[in-house]
Amino acid sequence: MSAARRARARWDALRLLLLAAALAAFPGVARADGLVLSLSKARVTITSSFAGENIVLFGVIEPGAGAAATGASPGASPAPDVVVTVRGPNQSFLARRKERRLGLWINVDSRSFLAAPSYLAVLSNRDPALMSDADTLRQEQAGFANNRLLQRIGSDYADVVAQDPFRQAFLRVKQAQGLYVEDHTGVEFIAPHIFRAVFPIPGRAPIGTYDVVVKVFADRTLTQQAALRLDVAKVDFEQAVAGAAQDHPWLYGFICAFGAIAVGFCANIVFRRD
Amino acid sequence: MTIYLPIAELPVNVFTLLAMGVAVGFISGMFGVGGGFLMTPLLIFLGVSPAVAVASVSTHMAASSFSGALTYWRRGQVDLQLGAVLLAGGLAGTLAGVITFKILRSFGQLDLVIAVAYIVLLGTIGSLMVVEGLGAVIRRRRGVKAPVARPGAHPLFLRLPFKMRFRQSHIYVSVIPVVTISFAIGFLGALMGIGGGFILVPALIYLLRVPTVTSVGTSLLLTLFTMFAAIIMHAVLNQTVDAVLGLVLMIGGTVGAQFGARAGQTLKAENLRLLLGLLVLAVGLRVAWDQIARPADLYSVIIDERTP
Repeated sequence: MSAARRARARWDALRLLLLAAALAAFPGVARADGLVLSLSKARVTITSSFAGENIVLFGVIEPGAGAAATGASPGASPAPDVVVTVRGPNQSFLARRKERRLGLWINVDSRSFLAAPSYLAVLSNRDPALMSDADTLRQEQAGFANNRLLQRIGSDYADVVAQDPFRQAFLRVKQAQGLYVEDHTGVEFIAPHIFRAVFPIPGRAPIGTYDVVVKVFADRTLTQQAALRLDVAKVDFEQAVAGAAQDHPWLYGFICAFGAIAVGFCANIVFRRD
Repeated sequence: MTIYLPIAELPVNVFTLLAMGVAVGFISGMFGVGGGFLMTPLLIFLGVSPAVAVASVSTHMAASSFSGALTYWRRGQVDLQLGAVLLAGGLAGTLAGVITFKILRSFGQLDLVIAVAYIVLLGTIGSLMVVEGLGAVIRRRRGVKAPVARPGAHPLFLRLPFKMRFRQSHIYVSVIPVVTISFAIGFLGALMGIGGGFILVPALIYLLRVPTVTSVGTSLLLTLFTMFAAIIMHAVLNQTVDAVLGLVLMIGGTVGAQFGARAGQTLKAENLRLLLGLLVLAVGLRVAWDQIARPADLYSVIIDERTP
């Protein structure tokens, strides 16, 4: 029993070493106290045929490293829990509530969400609420409901209780747009200390730098964490068009206007009957 | 087949866009209207942000109005003189509209004002056109001749000072109502994000007594100029013109407009007016329904452009 276990540990360590070596050879690799992460791509390039893409995150938890840090005995180390959080560039949003007034549904109330992530994916191997106590999870922003969403209420800036109707509506609308994702089974362990998580970058994902944060919980405490960056950028033609619109607005405007006239002229000539 | 729109920043199906372009182009060619009041809501429905939708539709409208105006030009159905006077009033009205837009936006009820403006305007114009068109169709069925407008029986507002002769349109009227109409249309256009062709055409026909075909041709010319200015303005001020989106819409739109123009030439004038009236009324009712019916979700989320 003990021999088999030792052999398996050795095999695990070897595999770990190989994977770590392979990962280190590529960009988009992070390594922090006992946690090695790698993305299938460090950069999502948007070309004219882009319609969304799935990004795979691989992670290796070096056994014992985290447990040693927290002083737990290595022999009794429980199965680790993993929460992967991907946050897109921050944007400000306005949530509005409609009410019926004089027979018309009009906006009566609104709330500003300041610097909220434009994209948010929270993946875990089980419900994050089971991984640790509520305070720790809230502090670590682990779990979909625990992400801070700063609101402006009057002159104050604060996050509110999870039951706040504006907060719930905001999450509901963003989820319906496919920009906020929550998956309790999104992290899959392919070996005791090696996990895999797949998160979708939808077609309408905002451009910018995304932060990928991985937190590992063992024995109800945070043992390891590491972060990676993922770039979502337009390239080639898309970048050229967007760049021209931004850098040479007058030229771009005139090209669009005269282009429109040229298309109209061509159509008229092609379809001319007399 | 999907294509990624570089400024709108989302992928869309090319064939959906082309079909939308053809359908709206057909209507715009048939009635001599820009079609912005149909296309902009369709694009917003696809997920394009309103700012990008309004700006990109203007490229589509410029292309189809130029294509249409050329056809009318060859037939001598464009009144340049009338177009120039309308343009002067229209530009002044657009400026006033842009300023009002900013003021209303600061009060936060812009959506409601725009929706109510749509309902009142489209409802009124649509109803008037349908009633008039139905009357004309019934008269023809019964074999009654349309009452001929007697010379000198102009309404009072056409007999104001500063009279001008518009040869192409066969009218001799005061400049004041012409400028007032175009100012009002420019104002509403800037406020509601529409070209205003569907208001201008009936206004020219019923208020100024311009012949139907000349009204359509002149309206196309005016749409061309205002949309050209709008493209430059949006490109420079907001960087919201999506060239790829505009190009796909344009290709569909100009093809559709050609078939629409042919269909329009074969239809009897009163049927054409009745159809346009029904279309305008339908869009007005649709907007009214959106305001009256209970929305699926009482909450909505938009990107806040005011705070960085």
